[in-house]
Amino acid sequence: MTQETEIPLTHPKEASEGIPPVMGPGYTFRSISEKISSITLARRTPRAWWLGFAVTFAFTLLLLYTILYLLFQGVGIWGINVPVAWGFAIINFVWWIGIGHAGTLISAILLLLHQKWRTSINRFAEAMTLFAVANAGLFPLFHMGRPWFFYWLLPYPNTMRVWPQFRSPLVWDVFAVSTYGTVSLLFWYVGLIPDLATLRDRARNRFVQIIYGIMAMGWRGSAYHWKRYEMTYLILAALATPLVLSVHTVVSFDFSVAILPGWHSTIFPPYFVAGAIYSGFAMVLVLAIPLRTFYGLQDFITMRHLQNMAKVTLATGLIVGYGYGIEAFMGFYSGNIYEKFTQLNRMFGPYAVYYWALIFCNVIAIQSLWFKSVRNNPVWLFLISLIVLVGMWLERYVIVITSLHRDFLPSSWGNYAPTVWDWTMYLGTIGFFLALMFLFVRLLPMISISEMQTLLAESKEAGEVTTEEKR
Amino acid sequence: MAVDSEGRRFWRSLEEYLDTPEFQEMLHREFPEQASEWTNPLTRRRFLTLMGASLALMGLNGCSTQPAPREKIMPYVRQPEGIVPGKPLYFATAMPLAGVATGLLVESHEGRPTRIDGNPLHPASPPGSRDDAEVGSSDLLMQAAILGLYDPDRSQGVTYRGQPRAWNDFLAELRRTLDKLKNQGGEGLYILTETVGSPTLAAQLNELLDEEHFPKAKWYQYEPAGRSNVLEGAKLAFGEYVNTYYDFTKADVVLSLDADFLFSGPGTLRYTRDFMSRRRVRTRQIEPAAVKMNRLYVVECGMSNTGGVADHRLALRASQIELFAQALAAELNVPDAPKSNRDQLPLEAQRWLEPLAKDLREHVGKCLVLAGDNQPASLHALVHAINHTLKNIGQTVKYTAPIEAKPVDHSQQIAELVQEMAQGRVQMLVILGGNPVYTAPIDLQFADHLKKVPLRIHLGLYHDETAALCDWHVPEAHFLESWSDGRAFDGTASIIQPLIAPLYNGRTAHEMLAAFTEAPERAGLEIVREHWRNWWKQQKHSGNFEAFWRQSLEKGFIEAKEPEFDHRDLAPRSGWAERAAKAAPARSVSKSLEIVFRPDPTLFDGRFANNGWLQELPKPVTKLTWDNAAIISPKTAEKLGIAYVGIIPEASGRPGRRGGEHGEAVVDVIELSYRGRTLQAPVWIQPGHADDTVTIHLGHGRWRGGRVAKDVGFNAYAIRTNETPWFDGGLDVRKIPGATHVLACTQMHHNMEERAPIRTATLAYFRDHPYFADELAASEKEKPGVLAQIPGPQPRGRAEKELEEEKKTDPDKNRLIPLTLYKEAEKEFEEESKQLGEPGKEPSKGYQWGMAIDLTTCTGCSACVVACQSENNIPVVGKEEVLRGREMHWLRIDRYYGGEPFDPNQVSAHFQPVPCMHCEKAPCELVCPVGATVHSHDGLNDMIYNRCVGTRYCSNNCPYKVRRFNFLQFADYTTSSLKLMRNPQVTVRSRGVMEKCTYCVQRIRAADIEAEREGRRIADEHLLTACQAACPAGAIIFGDINNPKSAVYQCKEEPTNYALLAGLNTQPRTTYLAALRNPNPELEMKT
Repeated sequence: MTQETEIPLTHPKEASEGIPPVMGPGYTFRSISEKISSITLARRTPRAWWLGFAVTFAFTLLLLYTILYLLFQGVGIWGINVPVAWGFAIINFVWWIGIGHAGTLISAILLLLHQKWRTSINRFAEAMTLFAVANAGLFPLFHMGRPWFFYWLLPYPNTMRVWPQFRSPLVWDVFAVSTYGTVSLLFWYVGLIPDLATLRDRARNRFVQIIYGIMAMGWRGSAYHWKRYEMTYLILAALATPLVLSVHTVVSFDFSVAILPGWHSTIFPPYFVAGAIYSGFAMVLVLAIPLRTFYGLQDFITMRHLQNMAKVTLATGLIVGYGYGIEAFMGFYSGNIYEKFTQLNRMFGPYAVYYWALIFCNVIAIQSLWFKSVRNNPVWLFLISLIVLVGMWLERYVIVITSLHRDFLPSSWGNYAPTVWDWTMYLGTIGFFLALMFLFVRLLPMISISEMQTLLAESKEAGEVTTEEKR
Repeated sequence: MAVDSEGRRFWRSLEEYLDTPEFQEMLHREFPEQASEWTNPLTRRRFLTLMGASLALMGLNGCSTQPAPREKIMPYVRQPEGIVPGKPLYFATAMPLAGVATGLLVESHEGRPTRIDGNPLHPASPPGSRDDAEVGSSDLLMQAAILGLYDPDRSQGVTYRGQPRAWNDFLAELRRTLDKLKNQGGEGLYILTETVGSPTLAAQLNELLDEEHFPKAKWYQYEPAGRSNVLEGAKLAFGEYVNTYYDFTKADVVLSLDADFLFSGPGTLRYTRDFMSRRRVRTRQIEPAAVKMNRLYVVECGMSNTGGVADHRLALRASQIELFAQALAAELNVPDAPKSNRDQLPLEAQRWLEPLAKDLREHVGKCLVLAGDNQPASLHALVHAINHTLKNIGQTVKYTAPIEAKPVDHSQQIAELVQEMAQGRVQMLVILGGNPVYTAPIDLQFADHLKKVPLRIHLGLYHDETAALCDWHVPEAHFLESWSDGRAFDGTASIIQPLIAPLYNGRTAHEMLAAFTEAPERAGLEIVREHWRNWWKQQKHSGNFEAFWRQSLEKGFIEAKEPEFDHRDLAPRSGWAERAAKAAPARSVSKSLEIVFRPDPTLFDGRFANNGWLQELPKPVTKLTWDNAAIISPKTAEKLGIAYVGIIPEASGRPGRRGGEHGEAVVDVIELSYRGRTLQAPVWIQPGHADDTVTIHLGHGRWRGGRVAKDVGFNAYAIRTNETPWFDGGLDVRKIPGATHVLACTQMHHNMEERAPIRTATLAYFRDHPYFADELAASEKEKPGVLAQIPGPQPRGRAEKELEEEKKTDPDKNRLIPLTLYKEAEKEFEEESKQLGEPGKEPSKGYQWGMAIDLTTCTGCSACVVACQSENNIPVVGKEEVLRGREMHWLRIDRYYGGEPFDPNQVSAHFQPVPCMHCEKAPCELVCPVGATVHSHDGLNDMIYNRCVGTRYCSNNCPYKVRRFNFLQFADYTTSSLKLMRNPQVTVRSRGVMEKCTYCVQRIRAADIEAEREGRRIADEHLLTACQAACPAGAIIFGDINNPKSAVYQCKEEPTNYALLAGLNTQPRTTYLAALRNPNPELEMKT
């Protein structure tokens, strides 16, 4: 492998249309390994990393403190009440679960669809998924009045002969989220194995070698290994694919199974899935843009990736916007006074500000993504992605709060306002999520080395075609 | 006495510390190692002692040497052979309040009273729902008295200037002072009581004042919310003090002049029951077209519960009500009536006069006019004359001897006492009950003058404001710990018997007074029985006194009628009108606002301020908790520039961020200036309140007297003068710019929002359209066709005739619940019914429980809410949590307004109790992930607390929002006295668990077991829910809807029966009977 040639990494057709390449030019197998593993194996941790980790870890401690206080006092420390018995906990749960969708979508669905541009973003998108699901899982657990009995939602044999009540969507939730979490973890770890072996091989520190060595599970890169690896990866992708759709569908059942106006709606499953992918891609953009700048990975996470993700964001965002439209339309078309009232109350009631802010974030702001100049501008993309994340949080706020706070009998109408503990729990999970991301980029290859190398090989083939044509 | 090495003195009890002879004796007698526990009155050992005491009560001569009543008290009706542990016993006693007693039936578990109901045999607390019920009805104060008994904040020992002392020390000082005073014939000895209704206490006081003892001593009475006006009015009319009571069963037309007789005052339970018995519409025996109802006109200032259910309501300023009565008297040609200034009345009031007078005249002898306790004596005199003219005396109005032992004018009494104090004539003041430092009129400066008295003694339940200014404070025994007696609204005498030994070594007023005249050791029982033995002799009854005594205790009242309490026919004496005119107080007449003082609906005059149940109970009309407010009308608010949001009945203040419409209300603060004194108060906008008037409630703003009472609300006594204690002009109101106050209100949204949860119609409309509640969603406007807007299936949009036909051919159409689910059960029941009586057959299956709530008769009095709280161990959460919308009441009473908010005469109030609906297709059950809420075989929507993990999904999915969640640890697990209070048959819920109305499942199961054992079916009279038992109006009907003979089945067959939010197809087991009102067509037509 001493003689490595430079190969153009763009399909000529794409190049002629001005589409940026999926990888910057001038990379060889070795340089890819070198570039990605050096971030992990670097002797010195950048100062900025330490700073960022310290801040996010502080928030993680805040989360820990909140949870301890919560266990000590009860969920009454939050702003929930009757009628609004679900508040930030459920809003944040749905928000995090939604964010957790992009990773598996990118790695599994795009893998099956042979979208090669996914390779450089799938690893950290998957990590993001895991961390988001971990955070999401905290909320339903701790929002329970008696969280120490969480296992009563599981069907386990016991002497009391009690069993979960399978008509409740909350039970489906348990299965959907835990299955999704498990498959995502497996998928991510299986994908990591060849890279862990690379790190093991490249590490100079004995301790690091042992750790990565254990994690690499004896990977030697033989053809047998590769054959089995590819098969496993493909099967896991096939398993994960329906989960992407099922998880948020089930989460949406938490609402649509209820009889509450504003919740009881058949449009929820598709519109929730679209919303999940929408916010997931926004989160990937929010993470990718600073990462590629900080670690100089513009060649691996190219404008091509950013543009494609922007397009997916726009497309799913439009579906979400359509969902809002249909929701409002059905509210009036149904002739049901409760549905109609709920719609009007969302638009003009005490929480109208949230509703219109959500419309701005999720419907109006993303229209700028129609413009190529915006899609080509990482700073703009970053800002719009942040807006989308805020918008999707607001969406869940509007769904949960406005439907509950004024339902059927005017005598029981009420308001909801979060307390300081609602905020510490939410900010704590953001801190926890980012702290985990910091650890991830420091300790594991954030871009799949082996897959990037296959990309190189395929591009080489493509490149050869080009040279032939030149002749 | 132990002395340690450093010479510090250790002591194990107060007795030891003070080294009393009793302690010495005890040392010889008892086991000294247990004596240390005496200081902590509620240790486990103490609890066992109390249990032991109650064993002794049962006649099993226990061997306890601890202080326990050594006397027998009689169990009620069913004398037990012995105590069956776990099986409650019921004892009859009575609750005295402001000199009037109401019968009680107290449930006692192993010697500790846990629950209070009315005594069904007592005239003042008859059962509301059925005559054969085992318990009588009750009001919210009666229900809450049990918490008053176990209140951990009650004062727990004798104190001298704040320092603990032994009872004997007190006696010694008392004796010394009395010996001194005895020489001067008792001059300088002053006794201040509340209204004395107890014949025994009055006899004791009279004995004290007789020649042998202290002839020059003085006895004063002062009651801040007393009924002086009523008695003085009677005196003006008849020349003597007379007690007046009413018989509503005979009244077809009732006019109430500011009298809230369906909510408060003596006899209110009886009145409610009798009044509502003439209002209940049942079409089983009678065709809808022939249904009749009585008619109620209410002229009042504020919006009361009575005004809420009235057929016609006129809002007048308090001072105009007398004018109105005078004009009416002129219209009715009442002889000697004062000149009518009809022109001074508002137009609406003038419009009322003729139709009203006509209606009254048409019902001579069958109508009733009554005036409120707060209205002046002159009005009461006038009302007596009107009733006389209408020939109601002896029919609907009855007169007896006064029930107060010594009727007096309380304003005069307190003024005299203060004068005596000011002149330094008072050597020793004994305050037996009451809290005059807090309640006395502010202009008398009672507290300042009290300080001049050399020896001040206070007997009270709490170490309150008065106790703080007294030298000696003696803890008073609660009435559930006392032997005493009292008289009901109609003169019936009751013996008050203790249910438990005094928890905190309290003394009764009887015991205290006994110490003045004779041996202090004389027990309450001796004193009371002695009095009645003398009475027995005087009345020359034949037979055995012991048997009579025993029977009286069992029954709860003295059955022998006394001649002075036979009703008499009186006619006003000539010249009453002039005397009345002279007696009228000088009022500040000006064009400014009027101020009205009222006892608080839940705290009364402030004596219940430390009762958490009453503090947290939403005030029946305003729905405020934990606060009082200056209540004004929307128009007045506008005039004063008070902020509100939106169209008025929507919001009385701005919904806050926390609980909002169901919890937090942010309101403006105003400054009330009246006769040179100012008071700041949060303002509450009340539709239906008379314009240009501010109503403030007494009883809040306490600065001592318990953790709950302290610093809640503002003190209305701070501007209440002796001259005009109830209402007056000359009030100035200034809005304090920028100042706001946060009130905890459980229902701020007053509008029904096209949802028609309450359906109402006039009687005339009902006669033509008996199925109106189903046919149209009767908002008060009664627009036909509104039902089309109500979503969901439209079961009865068809013509009534068609429906009637269907009902005849298909009996299933009569059922609320489609038969599909129950055919099996019904067949089973039929078979079982045949088998009933055969030994060995189990008749327990086939019950289907259901409830109907009659909105025509519900007055919104909220007794059911407290009854539920007491029965089901429902915790109190405090103002902060109510602000967040987390109150725990399983049963709430929704209140909506109808009509035009800016015209107080047009506003109507509607009350709707909302318990769990026990839906057939319960949305809550479907969504619980652990199956903690499930359906029982007899149709209950059960809640399994120990299975609940607290996801709260059930609450979200409940369209009625009747589920309550323990967001924090609301139940008090630590206060030991409260542990004694709880119903042992109901779980005390922990944090993180959902709870809700169970239809009192513990009662159902108990009745089930009983019925099974006796081989019979549970009939209506065997099983009442707590709310049903309490309801004086009989508005809550519960029973087996599978039994065609049950009252609830018959209610559900009524044409007015409808389900709340029926369109959701939840098929609720609780249904409502639509409210009917009976307005006078002549008065209606002109609107």
